[in-house]
Amino acid sequence: MTDPTDPTGNEPKDAPEEAPKAPAETSKAPPPDTPEPIPAWKAMLQGLGPRGLAFKIGAPLLALLISILIAALLMRLSGADPVSSIQSMIDYGTTQSSLVDIVNRATRYYLSAVAVAIGFRMALLNIGVDGQYRLAAMLSAALGGALTLPAPFGQLLVIVSAMLIGGLWAAIAGILKVTRGVSEVLSTIMLNAIATGVIAYLLNDKRLADVRPGSNNVATPKIPSEGRVGPLNGFLSSIGINLPGDVYGLLPLAIVVGIVFWVVINFTRFGFDMKVSGMSPTAAQASGVSAKRMIVITMILSGAVAGLIGMPELLGASYEYSLNFPAGLGFTGITVALLGRNHPFGIALAALLFAFLDQSSDVLQDVGVPKEIVGVMQGVVVLTVAIVYELVRRWEIRLQQRSVATELASGHDLAKEAAA
Amino acid sequence: MSTAAVAEKVKSVNGKLNLRWPHYLLIVGGLLILLSLVRVVDDANDVTSSGTVGAMLRLAVPILLAGLGGLWSERSGVINIGLEGMMILGTWTGAWAGYQWGPWVGVLAGIIGGMLGGLLHAVATVTFGVDHIISGVAINILGLGLTQFLAGLIFDTGEAKALGGGPRQSPPIDPIKTLTLPVLSGGKIGSWQSPDWLGSLEKHHWFLVSDLAGIVRGVTAGMSLLTLVAILLIPATYLVLWKTAFGLRIRSCGEDPYAAESLGVPVYRMKYLAVMISGGLAGLAGAFLVTVAAPLYQDGQTGGRGYIGLAAMIFGNWRPVGLAAGSLLFGYTDAMNARGGGDSVHALLLFVTVILIAVAGYQLSRTPKLRSSIQTDLDRRVLRNTYIGVVLGVVAAGGLLVWYLSTDAVPGELVSFFPHVTTLLVLALASQRLRMPAADGLRYRRGEAR
Repeated sequence: MTDPTDPTGNEPKDAPEEAPKAPAETSKAPPPDTPEPIPAWKAMLQGLGPRGLAFKIGAPLLALLISILIAALLMRLSGADPVSSIQSMIDYGTTQSSLVDIVNRATRYYLSAVAVAIGFRMALLNIGVDGQYRLAAMLSAALGGALTLPAPFGQLLVIVSAMLIGGLWAAIAGILKVTRGVSEVLSTIMLNAIATGVIAYLLNDKRLADVRPGSNNVATPKIPSEGRVGPLNGFLSSIGINLPGDVYGLLPLAIVVGIVFWVVINFTRFGFDMKVSGMSPTAAQASGVSAKRMIVITMILSGAVAGLIGMPELLGASYEYSLNFPAGLGFTGITVALLGRNHPFGIALAALLFAFLDQSSDVLQDVGVPKEIVGVMQGVVVLTVAIVYELVRRWEIRLQQRSVATELASGHDLAKEAAA
Repeated sequence: MSTAAVAEKVKSVNGKLNLRWPHYLLIVGGLLILLSLVRVVDDANDVTSSGTVGAMLRLAVPILLAGLGGLWSERSGVINIGLEGMMILGTWTGAWAGYQWGPWVGVLAGIIGGMLGGLLHAVATVTFGVDHIISGVAINILGLGLTQFLAGLIFDTGEAKALGGGPRQSPPIDPIKTLTLPVLSGGKIGSWQSPDWLGSLEKHHWFLVSDLAGIVRGVTAGMSLLTLVAILLIPATYLVLWKTAFGLRIRSCGEDPYAAESLGVPVYRMKYLAVMISGGLAGLAGAFLVTVAAPLYQDGQTGGRGYIGLAAMIFGNWRPVGLAAGSLLFGYTDAMNARGGGDSVHALLLFVTVILIAVAGYQLSRTPKLRSSIQTDLDRRVLRNTYIGVVLGVVAAGGLLVWYLSTDAVPGELVSFFPHVTTLLVLALASQRLRMPAADGLRYRRGEAR
């Protein structure tokens, strides 16, 4: 199922980049029948301005608009007033305590989406992020709860072991893909189910966990206080932001991961190799890059970042892995990565948006709308984003073709120009 | 020399296995004897009991139907990972119609619900050229979200709630009639209760005889009419896809849409039809879950069976009979899980150990022949990989044997992912022999260059 075309809606690079430079040159040497100058907005779209920026921002916005419309329609059908429901969602979502929850949720979504986006960068769909982060969080929580180390080492141990476990679990899928030709989509789905079973097996009072008295919850031993990461509120209030709840202390980690991801993808040879092997394994092979090796490395990196997803919650809030640990973040990550176009900044916006939707959907229960409507919105967003990107790509190509056609029709003689 | 003889010679030179149906029969017979032996040795009578076989059939049908759905879609060149979502849609629409107007209307509604999901997939992938996997993932999210939303909206209010519905489940649905063979398996003729010969034979736990009796009784006792319909869909799919002009057109779209278009096949229309049939089959699988497997809709009922159906289809090399075999295998492992078969799985550990040793032995016996014919680096690599395979097989068999000898039963949590491990192993072992439709998953636009 390796599709050489980039399935992830990355920038449509296959469109010719330098085709339309006509208007600037025609103004230099005006032939007798100069065509009318192209209006500024059109010129911008055709590539004179910051080309494609309008598309990059417009396409997700359009998709979002469509999904809000569909959600409003569903609210209407279920007998609630869409305008006032959305209004109350916004009111509830912007209260201070909600904001803290939103930021915390967004941190998880962000890490999850970056993990997915690393795979997307080379046309690998890592559906297994879900299993990778849960297994990593569970095992590293057990490790952190069993050991007491002085301050920075305990945290480092937990984080590094989570990255290792996530990476190793993802490596299974990568190795199966390159040695046995198993599609990573299917193998990661199976590995998710296997991870669920392994966690159920290990999270048992006979094995790695204890029963919490007074409830039927099972959890790993609590991480000792030396091994925890305190909330970020102290720092935030020192710069003048006072929030009622605890903001994850590992929020900066997510930001660092985003920056590293951005730098590696855009400014290193490794990032370039990765992209090339995803777009065309044969081209990569021809230039001395082993596409197979890149697949395994990418899966390991994706899994390592996936291992980080549970860390802010584990080290900053719950200090244990229990049955209540947040689940299903991997799937949300796929949606967020698609909506954010695999760009670290776009992913951040998308993560905040999804966190907002999740948080504020609680209030919908009051007006008789099931809160699962958020799931519908997420599905619609993914679908419409993909469709809108494709439409925009086709439109862009058509615009370019037309501009080339007008150039040719205006009697542009390239040979003569070159001679002059 | 006739052409057939030449072809035979070419095949033998290639050194590949050339299996025909007698070979398959022999393999199946051998596996059955081995299974029976393992059952007797470990005293795990549930391994081939009629209850297990009946559960296998019941659990294999949704996987089979989802796999057939995948087959239709992928034969036309559209990867359908959205089967799971279409199946979920089928469970909801099937239950919604089923509790009001009876199970068969529910089945019809399930098919329609799945077809709507298929239509969405076709619009996204065929008309708009969206990547097939992304569209499929979106449909899975959408199907889940939409059914949860609608269940909360409709099953939790008014009449439905009074009948026993809730935000996570529907009111119960009347069961579909079941068939039991008289005389052999104890079915009724009129009001006369006929004897259950196979059942009594099974209870003796004799070597092989009781196993055969259990298997036949499992298939012939208490089989739902819908199961029969699902089984008949296997030959139907084969006949339509491989023996009609319509099927040829669909398959040509999956192999080379450009050539198909140049011969006048309406590629878009064919793909639309195939993907909608695919969705309909997935919806039928969902409807089966809410009418036969359980008498109501429950949240999370599909449990990833759509994905396993896809894996069964890949296991079956994009062909109906192989797909049926694959879904039976997954249905069997699922039945072990559903019947809490820690003991049975324990016996199966021994079964797998013996098979691994047999495969390793076969590979080892091939090595002298391979070594004598080494000419290129590629041959050397093949030989090396064979050795690695033998070693890995023996190590795995040793590990399983130690596990088998040191425990009495496999813990239930580990049994729960038995089907998935099987899927992964089967994919890892079989993927390289498979050939998917040549244009599967590729974007096709009319009038554009390749």
